[in-house]
Amino acid sequence: MSSVESSASAPIAIRLSDIYKSFGPVNANRGASIQVARGEIHALVGENGAGKSTLMRILGGMYAPDAGKMEVNGRDVTGWTTAEAIDAGVGMVHQHFMLVPTLTVAENMMLGREPTSRGQLDSARVAREVTELSKRTGLAVHPQRKVADLSVGEAQRVEILKTLYRGAKILILDEPTAVLSPPEIDELWRVLRGMRERGETIVLITHKLDEVMEISDTITVMRHGQTIAQLTTTETTPAAIAKAMVGRDVQLATHYGETSSRSLELPSASLLEVRDLVVDGPRRASAVDGVGFSIAPGEILGIAGVEGNGQTELLEALAGLRPVRSGSTSVAGRDITALSVKSRGDAGLSHIPEDRHARGLVLDYTIAENLILGQQHRFTTGVRLDNDAIIDNARRQIDAFDIRPAVPSVPARALSGGNQQKIVIAREMSRGFQVLLAAQPTRGVDVGAIEFIHARLRETRNAGKAILLVSADLAEVLALSDRIAVMYGGKFAAVLNRRDASEEVLGPYMTGAEHAA
Amino acid sequence: MRRTVEEALLPALVALLVAAVVGDVLILSFGQSPGSVYRLLIDGTWGNAYGFGQVLYKTTTLTFTGLAVAIGLRAGLFNIGAESQLAAGGFLAGLAGLMLPMGLPALATLPIYIVAAAAGGAIVGGIPGVLKARFGAHEVITTIMLNFIVLALLNYLTAAHLKVEGTLHTAEIHAGALPRLSSMIGAFRGSAANVVLFLALITAAAVAWFLFRTRRGFELRATGLQPAAAEYGGVNVGGVWWRTMALSGALAGIGGLNYVLGYKHYYEESFASGAGFLGIAVAIVGRNNPIGVVVAAFVFATMSQGGLAVNAVVPKQIVDVLQAVVIIAVAASVPEVRRLARARSAA
Amino acid sequence: MIVLAFLAQTLRIAIPYLFAASGGVISERSGLIGLGLEGYMLGGAFCGAVASYYSGSPWVGLLGAVAGGAALALLYALTAIRFRADQVVVGIAVNLLVTGATRFFLRLAFHSSANSPRVPGFGAEQSGTGLASLARNPLIWLGILAIAVMAWLLYRTPYGLRVRAAGEHPEAALSVGVPVDRVRYVAAALSGMLAALGGAYLALDQHQFSAEMTAGRGFIALAATIFGRWDPFRAALACLFFAAAETLQIQLQGAQVIPSQFVEMIPYALTIVALAGVVGRAVPPAALGKATE
Repeated sequence: MSSVESSASAPIAIRLSDIYKSFGPVNANRGASIQVARGEIHALVGENGAGKSTLMRILGGMYAPDAGKMEVNGRDVTGWTTAEAIDAGVGMVHQHFMLVPTLTVAENMMLGREPTSRGQLDSARVAREVTELSKRTGLAVHPQRKVADLSVGEAQRVEILKTLYRGAKILILDEPTAVLSPPEIDELWRVLRGMRERGETIVLITHKLDEVMEISDTITVMRHGQTIAQLTTTETTPAAIAKAMVGRDVQLATHYGETSSRSLELPSASLLEVRDLVVDGPRRASAVDGVGFSIAPGEILGIAGVEGNGQTELLEALAGLRPVRSGSTSVAGRDITALSVKSRGDAGLSHIPEDRHARGLVLDYTIAENLILGQQHRFTTGVRLDNDAIIDNARRQIDAFDIRPAVPSVPARALSGGNQQKIVIAREMSRGFQVLLAAQPTRGVDVGAIEFIHARLRETRNAGKAILLVSADLAEVLALSDRIAVMYGGKFAAVLNRRDASEEVLGPYMTGAEHAA
Repeated sequence: MRRTVEEALLPALVALLVAAVVGDVLILSFGQSPGSVYRLLIDGTWGNAYGFGQVLYKTTTLTFTGLAVAIGLRAGLFNIGAESQLAAGGFLAGLAGLMLPMGLPALATLPIYIVAAAAGGAIVGGIPGVLKARFGAHEVITTIMLNFIVLALLNYLTAAHLKVEGTLHTAEIHAGALPRLSSMIGAFRGSAANVVLFLALITAAAVAWFLFRTRRGFELRATGLQPAAAEYGGVNVGGVWWRTMALSGALAGIGGLNYVLGYKHYYEESFASGAGFLGIAVAIVGRNNPIGVVVAAFVFATMSQGGLAVNAVVPKQIVDVLQAVVIIAVAASVPEVRRLARARSAA
Repeated sequence: MIVLAFLAQTLRIAIPYLFAASGGVISERSGLIGLGLEGYMLGGAFCGAVASYYSGSPWVGLLGAVAGGAALALLYALTAIRFRADQVVVGIAVNLLVTGATRFFLRLAFHSSANSPRVPGFGAEQSGTGLASLARNPLIWLGILAIAVMAWLLYRTPYGLRVRAAGEHPEAALSVGVPVDRVRYVAAALSGMLAALGGAYLALDQHQFSAEMTAGRGFIALAATIFGRWDPFRAALACLFFAAAETLQIQLQGAQVIPSQFVEMIPYALTIVALAGVVGRAVPPAALGKATE
């Protein structure tokens, strides 16, 4: 179908003009404008922190803009509330699901729009309507199940149904594929296309260009809180979108070229040895279900896979942050399975954690204090902390890693994402270690910092250390790894040498369609 | 730096203002003039040596319970149990005193008393700490519940085994009485202020040093700010929890010395009544900073003593009301002030 | 006969708990910690006695109690919601406030710091111990009704669904247009009114207000709320169980089988056991004590 033409003639569903929004010191939107025609799928793209989610939350009524004008179907709706947005048929599916886990699917469906009969909740009616809607859209759910018992894919189905149940004609989805497996993503695309057929309007927030090319009709690109470009999908290329996103040329292809040529000449003694590891996760038993591997000195093993397939649990278990049900881990020949976090550090393990805001940094501690987190014993004389040594260390690391502002006494909270991550990287690379666990090392970091961090990781590898890399970004895994394992359902679905791996080869393993192990 | 000072002082100013307004209304409702009541209050507290001595005496206990609550909050733990920890500390110290031979000098007995009082508080504080570390039981509820349990237990032990017939207290302790301030400065005659005051000030300094200068303090504060990050940083979070709760209990427990060995020389049922809960107020108003705690303890002690000074004119409970108003006003304005400060730093 | 007397006594003791615990359930399910229950009860007892005294009607007394409890709870909710004050701190401060204020106004109104004069109450002058005399007190029936109504409200009405969502995942509730703050204000007011009725029961049953007459009953109700896992019926069972233990202790007082202090400990000890999860953990509402963004 020719959606581009139709969008040119179709009435405008959404028009946001010159939106400003700041949260304390952060200017999330600085004059952002977007226009979406009725009946099209519109992709809102940009790097993490570009202000996409804020702009859409303003549209959904969760935030009021500081300045600017909002129109939906030609009506001025500036600063409306969530309830008004829902009444007007605007529904939003958030990145973090907005479902109450202790309530049933039906209760979540009706929350905020509860039908009653004789003053009581009419649960039977909701169940009936949900079942009907479920049949019509092909999104299968059980109204009486508790949301806490649903899988991630099912929960997202409930989220979409929830907005449709409320009569959404304009659907906003915030990074909907981050937690889905490829078959689930295909299913989602099918549902969205069906909605477009029915004349409904969809805005898709994403930073994945392949998704943009596959599903969208038109595109708005955001950078640093501003809307940079409005494009028609059939008339643009991934490279052009990427350029608009980051503000300069990006060599998409070269990402793949720079791996080590040493992948086959593995020295005999491995630095990290993991055997038959079984780890329980917060939501299910055996989130890691019998994983074993080893990493040699001077080698990066990259773990690819859709998030939520046990990567987080695997790394936490290796770092000593999560108990292991069975199996063993050793670093440089020493069994560390039963050791504490601190003893693992002493045994030569270093760890860049997945979530720097929750784990990697104490946000209210200063740069200097954060630069010794986990190594506080080394900066202690007797029972006292050695302040001079702490400040010295901070000055050195700030220099070496170009952390800005270059002031040891500034709290980490005040730094940009990239500089915060540099604190973590600086700290973890400055301790004596043999094995580095690097989880999502460049998540939410600007392009310049990404290149810097990648260079450090390669240097570390070339210095003869072992690195276990976990990244949701397949390009990053392909760019850095010497060997690549694909994790699916808590197991390694495949382990390949870098030269045998590509997105096409890895894809089926990531979906569980193929198993090699 | 200037901003942090403002952030620390503004809520206290707001609280004083609100308290003054409420106080005026209450005093006027009693047909008295606020000016003369406030003058009476100041005269009865800072205006004469006896009153000031009583303020110092009350400051002593409140400093200990305030420090107890503050160190807990620094580790992210809300210790509502200072009340019973204080009582348990006083009880064990009293028990030790009853068992020690008569006539021992204070210099010899003081360390024993401190250890006994700390142990009493540490046991009562440590239990909720272990329950939280081991089972995740929330310390707010367990410490409240433990208050009732421990006070009932101490009442039983006193009533069944220790009390002097016809009273609610134990026999008098004769070993190593702690000197009162009046033995050094005559003007304090009659007031209960005693050397435990100096112990309180030293303890406040020690707590400040521990929190901000030692590795354990670094780990404790990290645990309070972000437990997941502390765990990642090699800190045994559960260990910090129960150790801090025990330490917090110990601090409150040592406060029991002030009454039992510094003032009355016997343990008495419900001597701690209210001082534990006021410790929460002291910690909040003192912003969990040991120096702030000492200042806040002095302010609350002045109010408590001032209530007695004005009781002939207006009911002394006016002070309870004003203390509550101060707590509510500080608790309500701290987040607001922080938000305004952040908004301003952005602009 | 002994059994009936035992039941009557248990019910008499349980009624204030039932009122306050049903208030505790709605407050905590909405995300507001119920630490102020003791204060609402004491405030309710005082306002109930004063209103009854000046009007000559215990029914007006009840209205006074409800108004007083609601006002206190709304003060708590205002600081916790609008000003994001720490709920634990404010909850404790409210108790302190009410303890001081009731004594202060006791002296202002009645020139006594301990007791009010005799006030009109419900039921017989000398309230007997039998079930029959108990049944004449309308507050007994109201107390039992409070639990049933609370369960219906929480599980069968739109408002109850919103309360459960607000206490568990307020952001989700907000995202579908549920006014979480308003839901919580209403829950707070309800909890204040219910707890105040429990306090008024005490004052009107004894035909006078005396200082600190609630004597920790609000905390027992909070214990019942938690021990009953934030469910009205289970909380009611906890109230009855705690009351039965007290009754047993009173009836055994002469016999000196167990020291009374140990019976006093029962509700508190059981609550700790429940929280520690020795038999199935008690898991509080996820957003309990947290202000919304």
